[in-house]
Amino acid sequence: MSNTAFLSLEKLTLAYGDTVAVKDLDLSIRQGELVAFLGPSGCGKTTTMRSIAGLLRPQSGRISLDGADITRVAANKRSVGLVFQSYALFPHLTVFENVAFGLRLKGLSGTELESRVDAGLKSVGLTSFAARKPAELSGGQQQRVALARSMVMEPKVLLLDEPLSNLDARLRLEMRAELQRVQKETGVTMIFVTHDQGEALSLADRIVVMLNGAIEQIGTPEDIYNRPASAFVADFVGFENIFAIENGRLRAGNGPIELAMPLPHDAAGLAWRPRMVTLGSGPFQGTVRGAAFSGSTREYLLDTPLGALKAEVDAAAPAHSAGTTLAFDLPVEKAAKLERFN
Amino acid sequence: MNSRLFPVVVLFLVTAFLIGPFFIIVAASVSGGETLAFPPQGLSLKWVAKVFQVESFRESFAMSMLLAIGGTGAALVLGIPASYALSRYRLPFGETIRTVVALPIIVPGIIVGLALLRYLVVPFRFNITLALFLAHTALVLPYAVRVVSASLNNLRSDIEEAAVLLGSSRAGAFFRVVMPNIRSGILAAFILGFVTSFNQVPVSLFLSGPGVRTLPIDMLSYMEITYDPSVAALSALLAFMSIGIVFIAERFLGFSRYV
Ligand SMILES: Nc1ncnc2c1ncn2[C@@H]1O[C@H](COP(=O)(O)OP(=O)(O)OP(=O)(O)O)[C@@H](O)[C@H]1O
Ligand SMILES: [Mg+2]
Repeated sequence: MSNTAFLSLEKLTLAYGDTVAVKDLDLSIRQGELVAFLGPSGCGKTTTMRSIAGLLRPQSGRISLDGADITRVAANKRSVGLVFQSYALFPHLTVFENVAFGLRLKGLSGTELESRVDAGLKSVGLTSFAARKPAELSGGQQQRVALARSMVMEPKVLLLDEPLSNLDARLRLEMRAELQRVQKETGVTMIFVTHDQGEALSLADRIVVMLNGAIEQIGTPEDIYNRPASAFVADFVGFENIFAIENGRLRAGNGPIELAMPLPHDAAGLAWRPRMVTLGSGPFQGTVRGAAFSGSTREYLLDTPLGALKAEVDAAAPAHSAGTTLAFDLPVEKAAKLERFN
Repeated sequence: MNSRLFPVVVLFLVTAFLIGPFFIIVAASVSGGETLAFPPQGLSLKWVAKVFQVESFRESFAMSMLLAIGGTGAALVLGIPASYALSRYRLPFGETIRTVVALPIIVPGIIVGLALLRYLVVPFRFNITLALFLAHTALVLPYAVRVVSASLNNLRSDIEEAAVLLGSSRAGAFFRVVMPNIRSGILAAFILGFVTSFNQVPVSLFLSGPGVRTLPIDMLSYMEITYDPSVAALSALLAFMSIGIVFIAERFLGFSRYV
């Protein structure tokens, strides 16, 4: 994996009529990287992908791939593959012909075509389905055909728009492993879109978190998971206790709260996972409003001077019933320091 | 009357009303008598045989075939791209265009025929065959657009993008992945257009001249002079032809899905 940008987006702005969907987006991706676009519905993930593929003309900005400016290059000349969320298989063609489609356009035929298609089908485990029509396949199998169809073209970048979201939970795990394997084997640069933070964390080399048509944070899964840059990202990755800092104090429901430790000057807010809250000791008091037992842990919802707070402890710890008053602490050294509060 | 029975009786009467004339025509055409009559007098195939001997029938049949095939073909050549544009692009005045395209269904054929005669054929000595061809194309176009649009709307548009990303041009994608998937819709449109054009009377009524006459018009004028059962025989033959076409279409295409 080299360190220079293989695919880069500079000041990319995309709009549908008057609606700006993506604004001034900058992103650079290295060769062979596996990148996840993570973000809520409507944040511009699909729009960004479609512009990389050439299906959507940017309003302004530049896209370059492998050293060449491709901003104005037609979609069929970009060597960018796209696996659609809906698979977009050709219903009138067999699995074999679906996979052969692009290769035929490249002028391949005869045994060379056959061996390339066979290799593609083999890599997704569909050799015995070559003669079937897409309508005769399950969702997971259709997804594999779509993957093979793009992969046999040996694209410079492979884009996958929510490749797993139409699959059931078990198949999703299976396809996750499959995607990872294909990516490792071929070394293709891959970008996939997902709503699911678990998927992004477990698959990606780097995660791009998007919000409202802009990038909220880019980082490794560890960065995103442990060091969210903003309240939005923190919330997205499971920090459930998020507070803004105002004049050196935590902003809370009933007025600012002094913590025992000095707050970092450079942070706009602090966030704690339920796990990070110390329960049973500390300078604050909270009343148990609700409790949930999940097998290995217990989660408490507390009414506190800070407002509602979620705390999680090992299930082995003694249980507290609703109405009990408990001491707790928010250890500053454990908190994620947010650069931005939104 | 029993309230359950009433709809059944109505259904029976309507059905009888719709297909009754067909049986009367078939019966009349195998009559042995000299004039068009029902019930038939005796049984004979001589009028059926006569149909094939009347020269003007042969000529006007060829004319009608030519118009039905040519007009429907032309309507599809115009209608397929038009349907594509209407279903895939957000056009300014898209709804207006859709309405205008459907106009020939609403405007009485007799007005179209008269207008073509009065403002095209007479003042400009416009070729009547050509005028007929234009009229039939316009007549069939709305059906072509309707049926082809229906099958385009059932087809995902992302397969075209997939084809483009696999190296196809936009136009190539249309021919490689759109056309093969709307083929049965196109065939259904062709059949519907063919039958509509072939049976068309009012438009063609004004557009006939020396040697130029569609079959239905020719049958009308034949009947004005010769009141023998051969017209019934011809009608029956045409009805069987239409039924055969629609039956085959239904069998292989599920024609009724499109109409
Ligand atoms: N064809 C379109 N016409 C107009 N606006 C559109 C169109 N497609 C998307 N948008 C708008 O652009 C914004 C970004 O849409 P986009 O499809 O990129 O979101 P997304 O992140 O992929 O969302 P999802 O997770 O729901 O797929 C949204 O506000 C959406 O409403
Ligand atoms: Mg999307």
